[in-house]
Amino acid sequence: MLLPPELSVSLRVERPLLPVRPRTPPRAPFCFSPSRLRFHRQHEFFEDGDIHRHLYLQDILTNVTEVTERSKVSEFCCHIVGCCQVFDTLEGYEHHYNTLHRNMCSFCKRSFPSGHLLDTHILEWHDSLFQIMAEKQNMYQCLVEGCAEKFKSSKDRKDHLVKVHLYPSDFRFDKPKKAKSSTKHSKPPSKLDVSMPMDVNVETYEQLQVDSMEICPSESMENPTQPVSGPISSLQEKKLYKSRIPSTVCFGQGASRGFKSMKKKV
Amino acid sequence: MWSRRSSRYRPDASGLEELRGRRREQESALRKARRQQQLVSKRLLREDSLVNGDGQAGVDIAAEPLSEQEILQLLRDVQRGTEERKTLLSRLRQGLQQKETQQKFVRLEGSMRVLIGLFTSSLANIQMEAARCLHELSHSSDPTVAEACLPATSYLLTYLSGHSVEFTELCLYTLGNLAVESDAVRKQLLPQGIIPALASCIQSPHVAVLEGLGYVLSQLLQAREAPTKIIPLVLDSVLPQHMLRLVSSNLELGMGVAVEFSWCLHYIVCSHVNNMLLISQGIVSTLVLLLLELASMMSKAVTEGLELLICPLLRCLSNLLAEDETEGCKVQIQDERLLVALFLFMQYFLQQHPFLVQECLWLLNNLTADESIFCSAVLTLDLIPALLQLLPCSRMVTLLALTVLCNIAEKGPAYCHQLHQKAVLPSLLSTLALSDGQVVGQSLELLHLLLLHLPEAADDFLSQAGLQALEQHQDNPQLQERVRALRETYLQPAAASPISRASASAAVLPSS
Repeated sequence: MLLPPELSVSLRVERPLLPVRPRTPPRAPFCFSPSRLRFHRQHEFFEDGDIHRHLYLQDILTNVTEVTERSKVSEFCCHIVGCCQVFDTLEGYEHHYNTLHRNMCSFCKRSFPSGHLLDTHILEWHDSLFQIMAEKQNMYQCLVEGCAEKFKSSKDRKDHLVKVHLYPSDFRFDKPKKAKSSTKHSKPPSKLDVSMPMDVNVETYEQLQVDSMEICPSESMENPTQPVSGPISSLQEKKLYKSRIPSTVCFGQGASRGFKSMKKKV
Repeated sequence: MWSRRSSRYRPDASGLEELRGRRREQESALRKARRQQQLVSKRLLREDSLVNGDGQAGVDIAAEPLSEQEILQLLRDVQRGTEERKTLLSRLRQGLQQKETQQKFVRLEGSMRVLIGLFTSSLANIQMEAARCLHELSHSSDPTVAEACLPATSYLLTYLSGHSVEFTELCLYTLGNLAVESDAVRKQLLPQGIIPALASCIQSPHVAVLEGLGYVLSQLLQAREAPTKIIPLVLDSVLPQHMLRLVSSNLELGMGVAVEFSWCLHYIVCSHVNNMLLISQGIVSTLVLLLLELASMMSKAVTEGLELLICPLLRCLSNLLAEDETEGCKVQIQDERLLVALFLFMQYFLQQHPFLVQECLWLLNNLTADESIFCSAVLTLDLIPALLQLLPCSRMVTLLALTVLCNIAEKGPAYCHQLHQKAVLPSLLSTLALSDGQVVGQSLELLHLLLLHLPEAADDFLSQAGLQALEQHQDNPQLQERVRALRETYLQPAAASPISRASASAAVLPSS
């Protein structure tokens, strides 16, 4: 296909409009009348283009492999006090930081996956006004972003989450406190019975893992002596954690632990 | 980072032919699926550089499928924290690259709960590896495997508000894969708040996250129930204005982002739910400016994959131009440069991606149907020869090119005069010689318009053996009436009749 060479030059030139004859309807047997066409998504006109798009999605359109090597750096430690995870990539550190330290409650050291969940947690757990207000009005905010509903208790909220938002009833970041058994401190993971059936294993495992993130203020109030553990995670981390503060030592409402001289809001 | 292109398809000397065969197979499977309205695709993110401790590339090893015992043992070991847990999980992930292992995994009771437990743990590297396992499962071609991931969706959505680029990207592609699995999945994702979650995630500054988000959204928008259930929610959110922003910003860096969001816009526009809203947000000028910018990039080096962006943009604009006038939102475009852009696209893609030519001609039709400014510009920019060169292409291209010529001819004698001067008649004679009824019919319409407005063209038509070309079709029931009308009204050997002369000159009067 050959275009006139001066085409691009003519981009800015004003041209006079040719005179137009008023439109008349076509006379039979002729039927042409100019019209703008609209195609619906399933129209066969779109077939070739759609196929092209899906070949691209399935990655077989091009055979170029973009490999960008992850830059290795010399091993370094997480700089947060009390955490001694070691990393050899910046990405690994970044993800660790975001998971464990970014949305961490400065009062009780729990980590949350989002700022929204952290805010909700702080409000419900550590705001002394909250309980007073909660008696008068619905204060428990729905955990789903974009839903403005508020509830009288965390139980009502849970029902709402399950019914309206189809959340799992054991949603990890809103789990009843009582699910945590007291065995978890006396029973380190390595002692689990290997022959236990899978689901039992799971339960135990979950109890070990969940506690760093769940929020459930109402039940916790009933049991103020229940220690709140920080993130127990890799053996490395755990060891250090334990050397700092015995997990059984705990003060006050179960919310704060030890003397928080090292607490750092991150 | 993550490689979009699986290295399995990297061609070496011997693999090239295999690659082509594979592509042909895939293409025909896709066409079949589309005709059955079941065209869905999933994307696979795999880290190319995942080379294990034992020195094997993660993607290339076709390991033996894991047995149920092995899976069970792996899960137990991971839970007990013996050995390096991450290594164990990696082994599971590699196993899950195989369908057989996937099926065994989801059939094991409690396995998904364990995986979700790991996925929601606060151990970053464990969490990441578990997310990769979920992603492998979400990519499965077995619907039962992907549906087993349903309990993970609330967490996947929760993590979208996190800050790790790679992890968020992984969650997005997993969600995108699950979203096309069945409407049961979408019936769960919508109440779980996927639209608000995407609406806040779209403010991320990271290109990789944005591309993944565009992927999820495009997957949702392709759903059959999208026009009633999903698009209204999307239009009601802040997503459209961000989509318009992202589709045009940062083209060089974020071509992938622009591609995803332009397809999203296409799915929305062609569903015709509330295009007024998009128009009021400036979609038309955004699209026009973007197409002009892309056209100016055609002369530069990097054009690979541009058709993936141009195609949906053209579709949006064409469909928007066809909005009903009755709704009071007739779209008007007056920028002639768009015309130049269209012809540059057609010239560039004619060989490699001919499908784009018909999309361009569709837009050209919608531009020239009502706007005489574009008809005039096609003539004065001397684009008729280029248009005529397209006539021998595919059937659809021929039809659309003829329709555009009709649009121009319909505008009156001044236009027909120009068309005649640009030698339309010889091309018209060659399309008249074709056997396709619709193509010949459209050619007869064009011939009629030319002769109606420019009776003197009859002499040239006759001198080029036009009558013989017409006679071929005089027995075709769909064409014979028009053939006869043309012969009787315009092509009498005794030169033009006084009636047609009179009507033609009368027609000139009002415009002059």
